[in-house]
This record gives sequence, structure tokens and C-alpha cells, in this order.
Amino acid sequence: MTLDHADELVVPEGQPAPAAPGRRTFWHRFARDRFAVAGAVVVVLYVLVALLAPAITGLLGVDPYTYDLDALDATGAPAGWGGGISAEHWFGVEPLTGRDLFAIVLMGSRTSLVVGIGATVVSMLIGTLLGLLAGYLGGWVDWVVSRGVDVMLGLPALIFMIAIGAVVPDSFPPLLLLVLVIGFFSWSSVARVVRSQALGLRTRGFVRASQALGAGHGHVLFRQVLPNLAATIVVFATISIPGAIGAEAALSFLGVGVPPPTPSWGRSIGDAVTWFSSDPMYLLFPGVALFGITLAFNAFGDGLRDALDPRSGGRK
Amino acid sequence: MNALRFGGTRLASMVFVLLTVSLLTYAVFVLLPADPAQLACGRPCTPERLETARAFMGLDQNFLVQWWNFVTGIFTGRTFGSAGAEISCPAPCLGYSFVLRQPVTDLIVGRLPVTFSIAIGAAVLWLLAGVAGGVVAAVRRGTAADRAIMVTAITGVSAPSYLVGLLGILLFGFTLDMVPVNGYVPFTTSPVDWAWHLVLPWCVLAFLSAAIYARLTRAQMLDALGSEYVRTARAKGITERRVVTRHALRNVLVPVVTLFGLDLGVLLGGTVITEKVFSMAGLGALLLDAVGNTDVPLLVGVTFFSAALIVVANLLVDVVYGVMDPRVRA
Repeated sequence: MTLDHADELVVPEGQPAPAAPGRRTFWHRFARDRFAVAGAVVVVLYVLVALLAPAITGLLGVDPYTYDLDALDATGAPAGWGGGISAEHWFGVEPLTGRDLFAIVLMGSRTSLVVGIGATVVSMLIGTLLGLLAGYLGGWVDWVVSRGVDVMLGLPALIFMIAIGAVVPDSFPPLLLLVLVIGFFSWSSVARVVRSQALGLRTRGFVRASQALGAGHGHVLFRQVLPNLAATIVVFATISIPGAIGAEAALSFLGVGVPPPTPSWGRSIGDAVTWFSSDPMYLLFPGVALFGITLAFNAFGDGLRDALDPRSGGRK
Repeated sequence: MNALRFGGTRLASMVFVLLTVSLLTYAVFVLLPADPAQLACGRPCTPERLETARAFMGLDQNFLVQWWNFVTGIFTGRTFGSAGAEISCPAPCLGYSFVLRQPVTDLIVGRLPVTFSIAIGAAVLWLLAGVAGGVVAAVRRGTAADRAIMVTAITGVSAPSYLVGLLGILLFGFTLDMVPVNGYVPFTTSPVDWAWHLVLPWCVLAFLSAAIYARLTRAQMLDALGSEYVRTARAKGITERRVVTRHALRNVLVPVVTLFGLDLGVLLGGTVITEKVFSMAGLGALLLDAVGNTDVPLLVGVTFFSAALIVVANLLVDVVYGVMDPRVRA
């Protein structure tokens, strides 16, 4: 459960960013990495499932909210084999409520992806902006941002995220809260990367030329420097998404993330703790779904990174 | 002299970071609408009672004054309440939990053995396993061992610790009945039982992070093995084993230690999750209880304490770093 570990993209301070490979070389390199391509395919599948989830569950006539007490035995555990797997309930049912686990897992992908991608967008926006300003302007701005990054990197993020959830009023939309909180606690590593790259670009000819022609800071930052960082930022975002998905699941697992009845894989796994000795399937389905998306994003992101900068290591 | 100045700079920046963190923590929790006085006031809550509760908790003062009281309380202790009904909170005072009616410091100290037992054991295991795995993978590059270690690595990166923990309990606890699956036995009661109860948590927490370290170590080791100084060492006729362990490894460990410093927060977060999975009452359980009770002083105390813990641990990592790599002391 980390939000960083994507630091390998860091370019030594003051050195120019590596020359971006041509677009063709990039995709060629990526396509050779079978593991990464497989990851990309799985990511696309998950996104499709998330988009079509309401249609699929609608077709099957199931939904993640309806109780089905007939599917339970006297103790509240799912009746029948494999956690109540049947033609009606493909993945069995949730203990105590009898809600359809297939629908819960399917709709849970929406929660995971919305929070994962949303939080990543937030952290990328904050991190890119602060990193650009710090690297390009230097001076006290750089000092403040760099100290901020130091402080943020040192904080036990999960502990802060748990604690903040407790003091925000219940009326605040929970998914938006998760997006903001997870995003806020993960901007520091992207800020560091963008800062060091901007620092390298600051002295390059095209930036100097633009300044000499009288361009303002805004123009230079967003029209000259930023486009050169686009590839790095996109790759970094891909690497960050599994971390954000993991954070949402971990918070929900601990009971301080997505509140019921909104489906969440992490919360299902947390609920499964009391049941899994008798009903391991309740743990397995959401667990495999969560593991699958994280693994796929990691493989995809690693492949993108290696294709962008083959020196970054990883699998050889 | 240089070492002294290095230490001084680090200490100053540590104090700066701690003050910033305490201010931020305090700001977030005190400025947010959850009002501890409102919660403690009970029902019916008359405005007078609310005012009394506020004054009792010290919440009637300006925010910065409250923060300053919190900071000075760490060094000198504090007293809450008015004459006649005083609650003293001796130094180091991290606040007073009006819900549990205990000083926050006592609550935290009571939970530390559990948290430290899990975190330190797991960290030792993850560093050893990660570095050893990475070195083996690099030296045996391209063999089945290399591939197995790297596949485990990416699996470990992607698997949530609680999932691995629960599967571990299912397999080693319930099915094979090899290890206990929950509870904590104090070290002083029985060191053997202590370790036996912690084996599974350690392995679970270490497995995930060891993976990342194995990957880093492998890449660094490959770099080092291709470098000039390793070629020179080999040319001198030193055995390959010595080249790897004495010459290459020393340089490989520098980035590993850097990453470890950054991961201390992750380690603590992982410990919170592990405590929940294995039903152990550590700092994480205390925090989750505080969330359940909206116990704001306890929340502030625990979050600030964990941040301080990380900052101090980082200082220790820096010292190790300075010993390992004399260049950073310059």
C-alpha cells in the first residue's frame, strides 16, 4: 500500500531531461514488453467492465443493494456451496444480507477506478503546478516547495488519511473526500520529479529564446516547459493510479473509507474478516478483483516507464 | 567538526519539520467542524454547559494559543480544567483524551510495544529478504531464480497486505494449523510466544515491501557489477563472492537506505493494517478507536506522535547513511 515508489523517474538535479524518444520508438519498445501489453489489455477490460457494469447487472437482473435473505442459512452465512454460488448469484452472496456478490464486485470496479483516477488527477495537478513553479522560478519558491515535499514525504500518509476522515462532517460526499484526501497526500513525489525536470529545462535554448522574445512566465511555463514534461507526467500518473486504488481499498478495509452501501472491494474484504474461515469466497472474489487491477496497472505503468526511459531499470 | 555541523543542520531541520507538522495537524483537526466540546457536552447541551466544556478543554482560546499550549505541554506538561476540578497531564503531554479520561501520552505508550514489535521485526525481515533476493537475482541474471524473484516482486508490489495477511491466516493458521493467527504476547511474558505470534505478521508485511527492495537492489547490483571499480577488483584476483559482498554491495546499499528512509511512513501505515488483520491492539487500533469515538485530542496526539516518530527515525537513517557513505557528510 504505497503511494510512491515511482521515484525512479527522477533525473539528477540540474541535468537536462533525457531526450524524449520518438513516438514510434516509444510504442515499438512498449509493444515488445509482453507483460506490459498484457497489463494494458487487462486495464482496458476493467475500464470496460466498469463502464458497462450497470448494463451487465441490469441484464442479469441483479444489483448490489437488494437483500436476499432466502440465500442465507440460519446463522446468516450464505447457504450452499462456495458462499452461495448459484445460477442466480454467480459469485455467491454477502453474509448477513444476501446481497449479490457478483453485482457488488462488478460495481465495486467503478468505485475503485473513480477514486483511483480522481485522486491521481488531483495529485498530478498539485504536484505538476508546484514542481513547475519550484524548478522554473527557483529561489524562495523552490525552497518552500522543496521543504513542503520533504514534510509530505515524511508523513505517515495512511495515518493522516484515517484521522482526517473522522473529523470531516458526514454530509461531505464520501467519494469526493477520498479523492481529495488521497490526492493531497500523494502530490509530493510528482512535484519532486517535475521540479528536477523543469530545473533542467530552464536553461535550455528554446526556453531562453522564448524569454528573450519577451514571453511572460505563464507562457514559458505552460507553453514551453510543460509540453516537454507531458510524457513524464502521463507515465507517472499511470504508475500512481494503483497506489491510489490501494489507498482507497485500505481505508475502506479499515472501515474509514467508502461507507455502505456503496460497493467497495476494500470494504468487502474488511467485512470478510469475520467470515472467511467459513466463507472464503467472500474474501476471494473482491480480493482477486483488487489484486488484478493493481497488478495490471503496475505492469502497464512499468512498461510505459521503461519505454520512455530504458535506463530506468526494472525488468531487463 | 564536519560531522558535528552535519548533525546540527539535521537537528535544526528536524525541529522545523516537527513544528510545521504539529501546526498542520492541529490546524486540520481544530479548524474542522467536529467540536470535541460539543461531543463531550452531552444532551441536553445548554449553551452554558458548552461554554464550560470549552473552557475546561482549553478550546475557548485563540487557535495559535491552543497550538502553543500543545507544543509547550510536550515539554512542561499541562493542566486542564479549572480550580477544583483539575486534570493534570504531566510532560511529555500530547493532550488529554476526555473520552477515555486518560492522558494521550499514556494511551500511546501503552500501545507502543505492539506496534514496535510488528514494525521493527518486519523491517529487518524486509531489508534482509529484499537485499538478498535482489543480489541473488542480479548475480544469477537470466536464470530461473532471477525470474522467480522478479515475478514474486511484481506480485508483492500489487498485492494488498491485508489480502496476503488473510490468505496467510487461512493457509498457515486454519488449514495447516501451524501458527497462531491473532493476539499479542508481551516479550517480557514469553519471548518465544512473542515471536511465534508475530511470525505471520512479519512475513506478511515484509513480503510486500521486500519485493520493491529486491527490484531496486537487482538494478543497482547490475549497474555496480558492470562498473570500473568492480572490474579492477576482479582484476586483482579477489574471489567473486568477495567482489559482490564487499565491493559492489556497499554501493548498492546506499540507495536502499535512502528508499528505506522514505518508506518509514509506509511501514507505519502497513503496521496499522497488519494490526487490524491480526487483531492486535497497537497504535493503529488506538487510532481507529479514536476515529470511532471522534476523540479529537487523541487523533491529534496519535497523528502528531506518528509523524514525529517518522522524523526521528529518518534522522537515525541519515546517521546510518553518513556512516555508510562519507560523501554526504562533506
